[in-house]
Amino acid sequence: MPTKLSPSWTRLRWLPVLGTLPLLAGCDLVVLDPAGDVARQQGDLIVISTVLMLLVILPVMALTIFFAWRYRAANKDATYKPDWDHSTQLELVIWSAPLLIIICLGAVTWVATHLLDPYRPLARTGPGQAIAADVKPLDVQVVALDWKWLFIYPEQGVATVNELALPVNRPIRFRISSSSVMNSFYIPALAGQIYAMPGMETKLHGVFDRTGNFDGFSANYSGAGFSNMRFKVKSLPMSEFDQWIAAAKASPQGELDRRTYLKLEKPSEKEPVRRFAAVDPQLFDAVVNMCVEPGKMCMHDMMAIDAKGGAGVAGIGNVRNVTYDKYAGRGHPGSVGWSIRYVAALCSAAMVSADRPDATPVNPAPLKGEGLPHPNKAAERTALSSPSPRPMS
Amino acid sequence: MTARTIAADQSVEFYNLDEHPHPEGHSTMLGFWIYLMSDCLIFAILFACYAVLGGNYAAGPAPKDLFDLKLIALNTAMLLFSSITYGFAVLQMQRGRVKGTQIWLAVTGLFGLAFLGIELYEFHHLIEIGATPQRSAFLSAFFTLVGTHGLHVTFGIIWLVTLMVQLGKHGLGAANRRRVMCLSMFWHFLDVVWIGVFTIVYLMGVLR
Amino acid sequence: MTPHPAPEAGPFLGKLSLNALPLHEPILIFTFLGVAVGGLVVLALITRYRLWGYLWTEWFTTVDHKRIGIMYMILGLVMFLRGFADAIMMRLQQAMAFGGSEGYLPAHHYDQVFTAHGVIMIFFVAMPFITGLMNYIVPLQIGARDVSFPFLNNFSFWMTTSGAVLTMISLFVGEYAQTGWLAYPPLSGIAYSPNVGVDYYIWGLQIAGVGTTLSGINLIVTILKLRAPGMGLMKMPVFTWTSLCSNILIVASFPILTATLALLTLDRYVGTNFFTNDLGGSPMMYVNLIWIWGHPEVYILVLPLFGVYSEVTSTFSGKKLFGYTSMVYATVCITILSYIVWLHHFFTMGSGASVNSFFGITTMVISIPTGAKLFNWLFTMYRGRIRFELPMMWTIAFMLTFVVGGMTGVLLAVPPADFVLHNSLFLIAHFHNVIIGGVLFGLFAAINYWWPKAFGFKLDVFWGKISFWCWVVGFWLAFMPLYILGLMGVTRRMRVFDDPSLQIWFVIAAIGAAVIAVGIAAMLIQFGVSIWRRKELADESGDPWGGRTLEWATSSPPPDYNFAFTPVIHDLDAWHDMKRRGHRRPVGGFRDIHMPSNTGAGIILAGFSLVLGFALVWHIWWLAAVSFAATIVGAIYHSFNYKRDFDIPAATVAAVEDARTRQLAAGA
Repeated sequence: MPTKLSPSWTRLRWLPVLGTLPLLAGCDLVVLDPAGDVARQQGDLIVISTVLMLLVILPVMALTIFFAWRYRAANKDATYKPDWDHSTQLELVIWSAPLLIIICLGAVTWVATHLLDPYRPLARTGPGQAIAADVKPLDVQVVALDWKWLFIYPEQGVATVNELALPVNRPIRFRISSSSVMNSFYIPALAGQIYAMPGMETKLHGVFDRTGNFDGFSANYSGAGFSNMRFKVKSLPMSEFDQWIAAAKASPQGELDRRTYLKLEKPSEKEPVRRFAAVDPQLFDAVVNMCVEPGKMCMHDMMAIDAKGGAGVAGIGNVRNVTYDKYAGRGHPGSVGWSIRYVAALCSAAMVSADRPDATPVNPAPLKGEGLPHPNKAAERTALSSPSPRPMS
Repeated sequence: MTARTIAADQSVEFYNLDEHPHPEGHSTMLGFWIYLMSDCLIFAILFACYAVLGGNYAAGPAPKDLFDLKLIALNTAMLLFSSITYGFAVLQMQRGRVKGTQIWLAVTGLFGLAFLGIELYEFHHLIEIGATPQRSAFLSAFFTLVGTHGLHVTFGIIWLVTLMVQLGKHGLGAANRRRVMCLSMFWHFLDVVWIGVFTIVYLMGVLR
Repeated sequence: MTPHPAPEAGPFLGKLSLNALPLHEPILIFTFLGVAVGGLVVLALITRYRLWGYLWTEWFTTVDHKRIGIMYMILGLVMFLRGFADAIMMRLQQAMAFGGSEGYLPAHHYDQVFTAHGVIMIFFVAMPFITGLMNYIVPLQIGARDVSFPFLNNFSFWMTTSGAVLTMISLFVGEYAQTGWLAYPPLSGIAYSPNVGVDYYIWGLQIAGVGTTLSGINLIVTILKLRAPGMGLMKMPVFTWTSLCSNILIVASFPILTATLALLTLDRYVGTNFFTNDLGGSPMMYVNLIWIWGHPEVYILVLPLFGVYSEVTSTFSGKKLFGYTSMVYATVCITILSYIVWLHHFFTMGSGASVNSFFGITTMVISIPTGAKLFNWLFTMYRGRIRFELPMMWTIAFMLTFVVGGMTGVLLAVPPADFVLHNSLFLIAHFHNVIIGGVLFGLFAAINYWWPKAFGFKLDVFWGKISFWCWVVGFWLAFMPLYILGLMGVTRRMRVFDDPSLQIWFVIAAIGAAVIAVGIAAMLIQFGVSIWRRKELADESGDPWGGRTLEWATSSPPPDYNFAFTPVIHDLDAWHDMKRRGHRRPVGGFRDIHMPSNTGAGIILAGFSLVLGFALVWHIWWLAAVSFAATIVGAIYHSFNYKRDFDIPAATVAAVEDARTRQLAAGA
């Protein structure tokens, strides 16, 4: 019995894999064959790392099968050394082979992690295609709502729900946040994902190098409507993108102001595509600062007060119960009344969005990861870090 | 080692033919010590939370608005005294005096109660002015860290009373001596944690 | 939109009312009926054969590490069937819900299923299995008569069981969490999960966590204090070493889980703001804390099985383990490194590139000692005489499966690669690859290896092989498609799908799950057939495999006291050494043996805790107060019991050992 075991093993083990090969040809491995430079580099990294590791994995698998077969009990010709349990040379190889692979992989990791840092402005739209110094990335503000996506185009002054159109070959800068729980903003064809978190802003840079229709979705479970939290992404030539913007501006939906946003924010599923002809320019900052609701203190104001040592005992009472129906779809106000409270604004002046100068793109000359100046250091400011334009009253 | 079969070697002892059982509870102290380290981790997490969230006042009060260092110093003194008196109890135990041990344990318990009383007074005061655990992340972290310590002291006192009764019933046998030593470790451990609380929460909070 | 709006809490039953029973969910009704009928039949049979007294005195109240170990294994097996039923439900749903079809599970049910699957498989399957294994084997391997704290051991088991029972109650009373197995806030906060699901999750884990932590302390002390004379740390069997490291990890990480869940509890019950969006809370804090526990947890699970593979490879290759010292150092390295990698579970949270690459590289570094271990097993086989018994087959399947899982794990540790694969089905395939390939295969190897020790007869080989091949083939069928789907950008926890081209892969995965189901059935049949044919399969020698470690030195099953005389250790592979030196079993001069007495305190206290947990879930405050007080008073009452041990008289020992002598003589 044992004599037959090992060879049949090898064959059977790969059977499922081999059986699926014809199927693989027909399917769309978007992660390995995306439509954007960032995602392509990430996909290439997967292949490189896999090949590096196979250098040690394949010999191990082959040796396992070979030893299992060669030293089977029935094979009396094979050497048997029951007390052989140590060899300094072998031990050296055992520890150094994985170590060498990890050193290589670690170096690749360090460089690639810095180069493909989602916060880093892009230096190229593809291999050898550097971005000219005067090209500004297109800003798109992304808000994960329960359970749909809101996209705001601040330059163009339009907003959409569950539809994203982007010009091809133009770098995009996403500023991402969420209204209630954690989601993950992910367009596999464009670039890797990044969490969308309430009260926080994350960033993502990407560029399409090919036109077409792609999928985007939330990659982090966020409740009952999560499965349908998907949107179409259109990568368009510049002229078509301009037409698309013009069409959005002509949309009958009107302006996305705070009141409309608060309605939109309520939980709903399978929301159809919607376009707003105009948008409150401070809306995204207010979302990140969790102060879209009238009378609620913005986070950056709160943080400024806290940094100065809080508002003292007098500030204790400055808390209100939520009166708007934000959690109607999820919560039950009766049982959780005390938890849904917020700090009231100390001044009722409208928030003026601070200007955020764009970062200078990185010099595309030889990139060495860590040696690069981090573009985030001083250049980019986020909504949370921008100082309040008005002093607190 | 090289030859696979060696002739039966009768000089080698295969079994411990003259063995004595491990004295009962011989590893209790080690076990209790490891338990204390796991408890220490819980406090470590609460300290870490306080370190991260302790500055988030949510436009509410900060430590300097709330804490009365004199009161806390008095409270700290209570706990430190209770550790000293526990030490006296152990000394009495080592001299084999049941009554003396019980008396010092009782004194320790009274100091502990005084500590808890002052802490409850402080909490009551804070809640009365509205600085409740719900007001801000800082207050949540503060009440939880200090409250967890207080809860430990409470259980320590329950244990202490139980132990006093057990001492009265069974005297200073090996089991009870071991228990006195375990509670001693527990009690001093709480003292050490409190020194951390006093320094990081109160002193640094007020001085910041 | 939520099917169960949170009811107003009443004074007597809290939030509990008839609405809590899922009468509108036919799947649950039928499950309940099945469980109820099955349960009643079991209870009736126990009553019919008057087994209650036997079960109570011999099993429920036992402090014998061997029986507690077996009870842990039974708990793990029962919960495994529940967890696997959840898996089948998910596979079916995902294979069906295409092209506008909603499948057969609504979101409210499906989201509970994947949460429960994860929680149950980790906490109530894998943990009881490894705890049971360590409980049974470690004291035998170190030549001890029991663990250091036998009562605590019983209590730990019943606390783990109480946690499992509370989790099971949620199936029929109320609901389970719909948050994913780690319950990230703010989703798991009271504002977004106002019902009892998350509360079941919290209290189930807290109660079981007490048991796990205490059992970790117990086994550390046992290994450090109760080793047989002569067994220095570097003469301990590898399984004992990996158990020691695993238990150190338990004690150094479960308190973190306890504290983190306690803070979430405060947020939900008291209204504090640790992990809320408003008023200064930080949900990211929770994610960090839970993974500081969560990453060591995966090594807690896999380390003891690394020990199993070492024992099995060495035994069935008829050879000393290659590189014992480097094996031990590798284990210790993994133990330490497992604490500095947690951030790789959320590279996508937006930490800086330097932070991400630091944690990515530390993660890769773990693969160095792990790789060294693999090579050590490989060179243990080299120049051996390998017998392909079931445990060895599982070990080779492990080696071939686990390397793939390890490779994809390192891949996920490269942050830019993780950005495209995080939360995808690729990730799901990866961790099932290491948990099934590493933990479960190891458990099956261990069960087949040590079953004769525990019961005195071997397991049936025919059904064992059927189970083996179904598992191996089923595993690849079920998870290869998930790797591919991950590369197609399909994310986890999805209930319905748009793209019809994905369906074929989910169908293949479902077929794989069905093949695994056959493997599980074959395993249960294997147990049944083996028990039925136990006379033929009997092993009288106590050492059916030519074992090398001390547990094979005693009879199968071992007597209550394990060893009539404690063995003296001269070499690694102590039993092999004794056999080689021609040792003689002592046949006379027996003495009284000091043993711990059974006690019902553990099951009673754990029962109070179960009531406490249920009362807290449903906000039945009076009951919570009463059961909490009962737990405290019960513990105090138990502390007044000073007579916790007894002596097995020398005559009884002599009788048992004489019978053993006759048995060995008959077998020879």
